[in-house]
Amino acid sequence: MIHFVILFSRQGKVRLTKWYSPYQQKERSTVIRELSGLILTRGPKLCNFVEWKGYKVVYRRYASLYFCICIDPDDNELEMLEITHHFVEILDRYFGSVCELDLIFNFHKAYYILDEILIAGELQESSKKTVARLIAAQDSLAETAKGEAGSISNMILQSM
Amino acid sequence: MAATFASSSSPSLIDTLFQRSLDDVIRALRSSSSAALEAAAIARALDEIRREIRSPDLDTKVVALQKLTYLASLHHFDMSWAAFHALELLPSTSLPHPRAAYLAASLSFHPSSTDLLPLATHQLRKHLAPSPSNSPALAAPALHLLALASSPNLARHLAPDLLPILSSQSSSNLLRPKAVATALRALAVCPDAAPILFKPLVECLSLSSDPRAVSAAIGAFCELALAAPDPSPYLPLAPEFYRLLVDSRNNWVTIKVLKIFSRLASLEPRVAARIVDPVCELLRCSPAKSLVFECIRTVFSSLLDHDAAVRLAVDKIKEFLASDDDPNLRYLGLQALNMLGPAHSWAVEDSREVVIQALNDTDTNIRREALRLIMVNLCDSNVVDICNMLIKYAIKSDPEFANEIIDSVLATCGRNVYELIVDFDWYVSLLGEMVRNPHFAKGDETERQLVDIGLRVRDARPELIHVARNLLIDPALLGNPFLCRVLSAAAWVSGEYVEFSRNPLELVEALLQPRTNLLPPFVRAVYVQAVFKILAYSFISFIEQIQAGESLAIGNSLNQRGKQEGSDLLAAKSSSDQNNAFEIGHGVATADNAILFDSIEKQEIFKHESISCLLNLIETVVGPLSECDEVEVQERARNVLGLVLIIRGTQFWNIEEEHELTRDNKITKIVELMEAAFSEELGPVSTNAQKRVSVPEGLILNENLSDLLDILGDDGISPCASVSFSFRNHHPTETNKDSASAIEPNSLLSEHRKRHGLYYLPMDNDKSESNDYPCASEPLLPVSHGEDTEDIVKLPAQSLIPEKEKPTRTRPVVIRLDEGDGVLSANLATARESKHDLLSGAIRDVLLRNEKKPSSMHETSPPDRTSQRRENDACENSELISQQKESNSFGDREHGNSSSRKSRPHHKERIESSEQNEEKSHRHSGKSSRHHRRHKHRQREDAPLDIVPQAPVIQDFLL
Repeated sequence: MIHFVILFSRQGKVRLTKWYSPYQQKERSTVIRELSGLILTRGPKLCNFVEWKGYKVVYRRYASLYFCICIDPDDNELEMLEITHHFVEILDRYFGSVCELDLIFNFHKAYYILDEILIAGELQESSKKTVARLIAAQDSLAETAKGEAGSISNMILQSM
Repeated sequence: MAATFASSSSPSLIDTLFQRSLDDVIRALRSSSSAALEAAAIARALDEIRREIRSPDLDTKVVALQKLTYLASLHHFDMSWAAFHALELLPSTSLPHPRAAYLAASLSFHPSSTDLLPLATHQLRKHLAPSPSNSPALAAPALHLLALASSPNLARHLAPDLLPILSSQSSSNLLRPKAVATALRALAVCPDAAPILFKPLVECLSLSSDPRAVSAAIGAFCELALAAPDPSPYLPLAPEFYRLLVDSRNNWVTIKVLKIFSRLASLEPRVAARIVDPVCELLRCSPAKSLVFECIRTVFSSLLDHDAAVRLAVDKIKEFLASDDDPNLRYLGLQALNMLGPAHSWAVEDSREVVIQALNDTDTNIRREALRLIMVNLCDSNVVDICNMLIKYAIKSDPEFANEIIDSVLATCGRNVYELIVDFDWYVSLLGEMVRNPHFAKGDETERQLVDIGLRVRDARPELIHVARNLLIDPALLGNPFLCRVLSAAAWVSGEYVEFSRNPLELVEALLQPRTNLLPPFVRAVYVQAVFKILAYSFISFIEQIQAGESLAIGNSLNQRGKQEGSDLLAAKSSSDQNNAFEIGHGVATADNAILFDSIEKQEIFKHESISCLLNLIETVVGPLSECDEVEVQERARNVLGLVLIIRGTQFWNIEEEHELTRDNKITKIVELMEAAFSEELGPVSTNAQKRVSVPEGLILNENLSDLLDILGDDGISPCASVSFSFRNHHPTETNKDSASAIEPNSLLSEHRKRHGLYYLPMDNDKSESNDYPCASEPLLPVSHGEDTEDIVKLPAQSLIPEKEKPTRTRPVVIRLDEGDGVLSANLATARESKHDLLSGAIRDVLLRNEKKPSSMHETSPPDRTSQRRENDACENSELISQQKESNSFGDREHGNSSSRKSRPHHKERIESSEQNEEKSHRHSGKSSRHHRRHKHRQREDAPLDIVPQAPVIQDFLL
């Protein structure tokens, strides 16, 4: 299964983390530090797999972002690369040529999209269209809800 | 909590109105240029969040929670304190509120530390309930949260709530696949849930299901089957999996199915036979590399008996390895070859050149994988060629990889008490060679092996001491901190096995050479102790030589026969061990020659003057060490000096006449004493040795020593501050330096240089520089990759495969201890297994109960599931055999009843035994036609029982 998914930039700044296996907060930051150190030092045109503490980490760089997926040794690395690509394509479709800033300012959207693709470390949805449709539906629901409750007068009323 | 409440002002309307949004916080973080500024910005944001999150206004709370989520997930701030606030937002009717709460919870809740989640049980249940008013936008994150953070209890409570979603058949139900994943996690944390959840999971596999649900279910089963220590409970599902393998157009699903099959095929050979064709088909035709790779893995892990498949897979691997533009495929190709193991080394041999080229790849991971592959395929006939090649290659490669090579050579050759090594002389000299690698940093393991081989392999000792001598004598090695452990081993070897040395005096000189003061004290101590042993040995040999000479002279004067006896005596005494060694190694004929040669050489060496010279040298060099402030060195130095004094103190030492010496009783006594001290040979010690020592009576090992502290504390003086010590060497560091300069005056050094010029740099510089030491490790050789590869490939026609050459020499005896050696940590993941045992036990129960029900109502409702059919047959078969033994003929009715009645109480054992029996019955049928006929007969009689005789799919499938 997938143990975690991490996105970080070329400078080692974390952009998204999703943990499917239980990791304490402290472990999480050490894991990220170790992995970004391991991966960022690897040059281009090398293979996309690193062995790390008995797990395998499949990473791939898109523009300035590194997408890393940590899996068990008997999982299929190439499949993970395909899933990463799948995720990136969906992000791209949603944001319209996605860039790092999109993820920074819409980090919860990125999470929602990831949650449609992977649940509990398992692949969920292999159709890009379905994911796009689901996310769009959620967005419209959220928008209407905001429209109802978002105005300042409402806020003042509620807090009185 | 109360304290924070009091300290910070309570949230006000102003906070609500002028609350910074998440975007504001992100912008503030991005605009802070330095780390300090960023920390300040975060601290400020956290302050605000702490205030805002307690606001009664839900919108304010949500924004605060979002900000906190951002900081927690990307900057790793602990947000467990806000868990309750997140749960507070769940019941809100405004959709974004619970969604934000779910996101925060799923990112931060931790199954072991979050104990608040049970508070939300009711809310989760409400969100999961299938009602039209309920939006999937809430059920989805609820499922997600459950999958990530549920405790066993919560999973048990909420499992029934998953059921409606799991079993809904409508294809528009997008929640079903999510519920499958959640059910998988629930099963993992709480095996008790299996009776409820397993059946709907199985139903998800059915033809009518939504492909998404099928894909999720396959993922779940893959996870379960791979994690279970015994995947046999999943065997009955094989037909479903097979259908998917053949029909599925989704590569990701096929990959998972293949994974399941590679697990099942090991249990049931018929499964393997059945899947071979589809797997080969996929191997041949699939354009997706991921799928092809999975097929290769499946073949290598469980279809090794099918030659055609293996050939096909190996061909595919060759394609992988040949893909120059894709390092991923090269890496995976090597990794897959690694799975094959030594039994199929022909596959590695086929791509030998590529593998060896891969040692030179730019990617360290690929190089490492190639190295691993080569090491796995090492066997006793190719170990010499390959290791020689690797060690030569290590000299040219970069430091890190060089050490990896050395490490793996050491590990592989040392594995299981050197099982690969036949020629220990070669291996020992290889150790000596690898130490000279400029990047060498594996001192500890090399030290261990050098000593270990000395202890275990008697025949290797002559070569060992030769290697040790070469290491010790080279002054260039002394300054390298990585080598001091190796030198320490060499020194120990030289002392312990000095009797195999051609020239013990040379060893002493090497051990006492000026540069040894560069060594750390603990190595120095070993050096001094080695000197002690060599001195004792030399002296004993010298005296024995004289005695032998005397007896020889006497024998001479008597008759010819006596002379022979004398020389035999001499030989036996001076080199009894070597005598043995040579007898084993070369046979008796050569042994005589060797002994002769040996004794001649010894007679030359152990002269009165040479021993005197030795004593002088020791006194000069070891003398200053007796003032050394390292206890170990000091004590051993004093021991050596004491021995020197005793020897010198004997009455006749100063008399030049050698034969006079033996007249001195004192000398005979010393010799006896020394012999007694070193006659006992050191052997390897079992790791369990300590346990076998019984604790002496009256010794209480776990007695508390804390009252000693009081006694020591009362003194007020720390025990180590002993005045007399500091008096003796009152300027420890200075003395050290003084002694260093005293030990090696320039004259000594230049003398050493004169005698061992070969190890020093040429004296082309001026005098002052000439006495400097050469630098310990030579500058790196330039690495030129292109040439290396050619070199490597050209290197001896070493094949990775064992060419069956005749063993030129027999393997020497290697001492092995009973249990202590090569212990494998057998019981590693027992805890994990027990949990999975629970799970697979529960699953087996579920499957079995499914089967039991119909089988008890055998006549009314035929089993609708294929797997049940099989189990029933199996049950009946076992029943059949037991009854055949009793040689009773039962009526159909009676038998059917008794079977169902009997089997119910212990169905668990039944299923296991029935499997065995089934096998047995097959064997029986092969062996004895009588049984066979009865079997047939029985089945025929059975047939009318099944009202609707269904096609027994599983059996078809398996047979």
